[in-house]
Amino acid sequence: MGYTPELEKLIKKVEATRPARVEMARKNEHFPALSLKERGEVLNEYHPDCQNEGKRSVKAGPNKGDILQDGVARLLESKPVVKPENIDLAKVDYETDVLVIGGGGAGTSAALMASEKGAKVIIATKLRHGDSNTVMAEGGIQAASQECDSPFYHYIDTIGGGHFTNQPDLVAALAHDAPLSISWLESLGMMFIKNSDGRMVVRHFGGSSRKRLHSAGDMTGAEIMRVVRDEARNRQDKITIIEFAPAVELLLDEEGKCAGAILYNMETREFYLVKAKAVIIATGGFGRLHIKGFATTNHYGATMDGVVMAYRAGVGNKYLFSTQYHPTGVVYPEQNVGLLITEKVRGLGSHVLNSDGEQFCFPLEPRDVESAELIREAMERGKGIMTPTGRVGLWLDSPMIDLLHGEGAVKKELPAKFIQFQRHGIDISKDPMLVYPTLHYQNGGININADAETLVPGLFGAGEVVGGIHGENRLMGNSLQDIITFGRRSGINAAEYVNSDVKLKKLSLDHVVKFEKELEDIGIKNPVRAPILLPDYSTEEVSARRWNEPLKESE
Amino acid sequence: MSETDTNQSKLKIPKMATGDRAILPVGASTIPVYIMGKKYEVPETLTIMKAMEFVGFKFIRGAGCRGGICGACPTVYRRAGDYKLYFGLACQTVVEPDMYLAQIPFYPANRASFDIDTIDPVAESVYALYPELFRCVACNLCTKACPMDVDVLGYISAMKQGNIAKAAEISFDCIQCGLCASRCMGEIPQYHIGQLARRLYGRYIQPNAEHLKKRVEEIDSGKYDKLLDELVKMSKEDLEKHYIEREREPDLAPSGTWMPQDTQYL
Repeated sequence: MGYTPELEKLIKKVEATRPARVEMARKNEHFPALSLKERGEVLNEYHPDCQNEGKRSVKAGPNKGDILQDGVARLLESKPVVKPENIDLAKVDYETDVLVIGGGGAGTSAALMASEKGAKVIIATKLRHGDSNTVMAEGGIQAASQECDSPFYHYIDTIGGGHFTNQPDLVAALAHDAPLSISWLESLGMMFIKNSDGRMVVRHFGGSSRKRLHSAGDMTGAEIMRVVRDEARNRQDKITIIEFAPAVELLLDEEGKCAGAILYNMETREFYLVKAKAVIIATGGFGRLHIKGFATTNHYGATMDGVVMAYRAGVGNKYLFSTQYHPTGVVYPEQNVGLLITEKVRGLGSHVLNSDGEQFCFPLEPRDVESAELIREAMERGKGIMTPTGRVGLWLDSPMIDLLHGEGAVKKELPAKFIQFQRHGIDISKDPMLVYPTLHYQNGGININADAETLVPGLFGAGEVVGGIHGENRLMGNSLQDIITFGRRSGINAAEYVNSDVKLKKLSLDHVVKFEKELEDIGIKNPVRAPILLPDYSTEEVSARRWNEPLKESE
Repeated sequence: MSETDTNQSKLKIPKMATGDRAILPVGASTIPVYIMGKKYEVPETLTIMKAMEFVGFKFIRGAGCRGGICGACPTVYRRAGDYKLYFGLACQTVVEPDMYLAQIPFYPANRASFDIDTIDPVAESVYALYPELFRCVACNLCTKACPMDVDVLGYISAMKQGNIAKAAEISFDCIQCGLCASRCMGEIPQYHIGQLARRLYGRYIQPNAEHLKKRVEEIDSGKYDKLLDELVKMSKEDLEKHYIEREREPDLAPSGTWMPQDTQYL
């Protein structure tokens, strides 16, 4: 298939400017980065988070009064999947020390550490163990491991990238633990890219002062997930994994301590009660809500379940209005639309170019700034490139990588991406890629402290479901680091909490009853049922032919 | 409004794709595909996954990252009149006319547990855990089935020859979808063996990072605790000042060679 003749003509313009741009890069000269003031201006004008349409005030619960995207607010004001009055809380199906909800990188790290501290663990996960955004994180994981770097600079880069809105204790925990996480992964047998003497190969990323990005090919997240999952499978005596069984509600005890969860077997449609002395929420983000209709890089199960369950248990959240649009999602070919092009492509020196083949931004601004600059170039200045399916994109000049780092560098550094495009007849070491911002990451999430504790005793949080670490904008490589840092912290602290001789009292769903009552009192009409668990991609035509009402099964 | 009216108003083709819902792209026509033997008309440009959703399937199994890296959607298919079997990921493979397809979201494979801390990182350990390795007859069906173009037979052969490093490197792109194991006449769980080789390689054969070890010791000794405490309490103005004054490590400086002028925070 490859590029159409029209697009090939435009690629000629990219090729024409390339030699001079490569020369520039060799001399370490860059298109100038924006000042803090200019960043603010371009964000205010062009970033989707900053536009008011589609937002409203939340009417119920701990975040009452916050202004959020309508789709997010609706899920916070949702009603439960189960009817509390129909549940016999004396009939427990599983009992354990620690229940981990979510089987991605954060949940699995938590399970490993909790089991190391002697706790009996259950991982309940909606899809397969490992189905998560973790596997999709390509570029790398941050840690100040170099001599020229330190946790100080990791902290400064992170909080500056987040426009100084980050929760300070969480950033300090991240910067402090990051090298420990890398060392832990190394000891589990993760294959990092290293020099022959064992030195980690590290790279720059958007918003970095030091090269701090450690990677494993361009599938760093997948490699992390493979390794921690394999290790969890080695510990079957301590860790039980229940797949295709998402949690749909948290259980508390009479004293308000977290005491387990209700799981839903999606295949048999049965519900299970799990009684646990501690619960770790590691359910990931909300990309599959497709805020504002944007395509997403997220995996199939990213539907905000954890935030919804925690909300009913009284745990609020922060910065849920803030969504990260990754600046470089694929817009061509159509089959790959929405997929992520790792920031590593720019870290390796590729420029972002308009339809004239000219640069218009520093390629390594923090992600929100970079996204806003791409949107401005296409929408305000009309310098985007149209695809045959009517999408608009800008060029990402990947062939520069071979020119800067030697023949074969693209294939070596970006093997998965190379194959993905080759399947559709495009050689990204010879031709540039067409990209546009895509919905990538839930910046906000539930409130925790540096020990990964929520305000509910026995309830912990880790990973994308948590808010505050990244403030209103996350830097590349900090999400993989945050799942390991807070995954490990939550696991250790949950096990220690369990070991402090926790005595659970009678199980209760009163928090759910109370929340439903609040919705009713406020007069919220037709709340959706949530967690929604999976997105629905039926076309309107198919939905119309389903005759939902008459054929609906009894509830 | 009656049910029929509502349906009528819904029955127009949407012009724009939003989110991940598949549409019939402008100018595209439909083609017949056979999903588990049953005929459906789907837009010609879609992936198998989006085409199945287009006609009304909702996945529980068989969909994961939707980006070609998680291994949840292995699919096997034939073309009409062609005896050959083809393999691919449903999220990455574009539909073709008269394709007969079925998903294989799970395939059972033997996995042997081990202790990463005490295992002897030699080939004999792998042989002991997976004696079935030697049932390989080098038929190469595993490689032919791999949707990631991994040379599966290559890493299995390397492992048979006792070369853990080679097996680790060749198997690196494996997404553990299980198609190799589904085709193996020796009933070998290739992808678990590849995983074992990679972990042995990463832990014992690749040299450890000395600079990282040093940094871990510094952190454990509490070297940065005071600095981080100060940062947590620092005013926004002071943080901004530090942020603006950062020195940037040169892009092409080899790792470990450059040092900043200001070293007080290292």
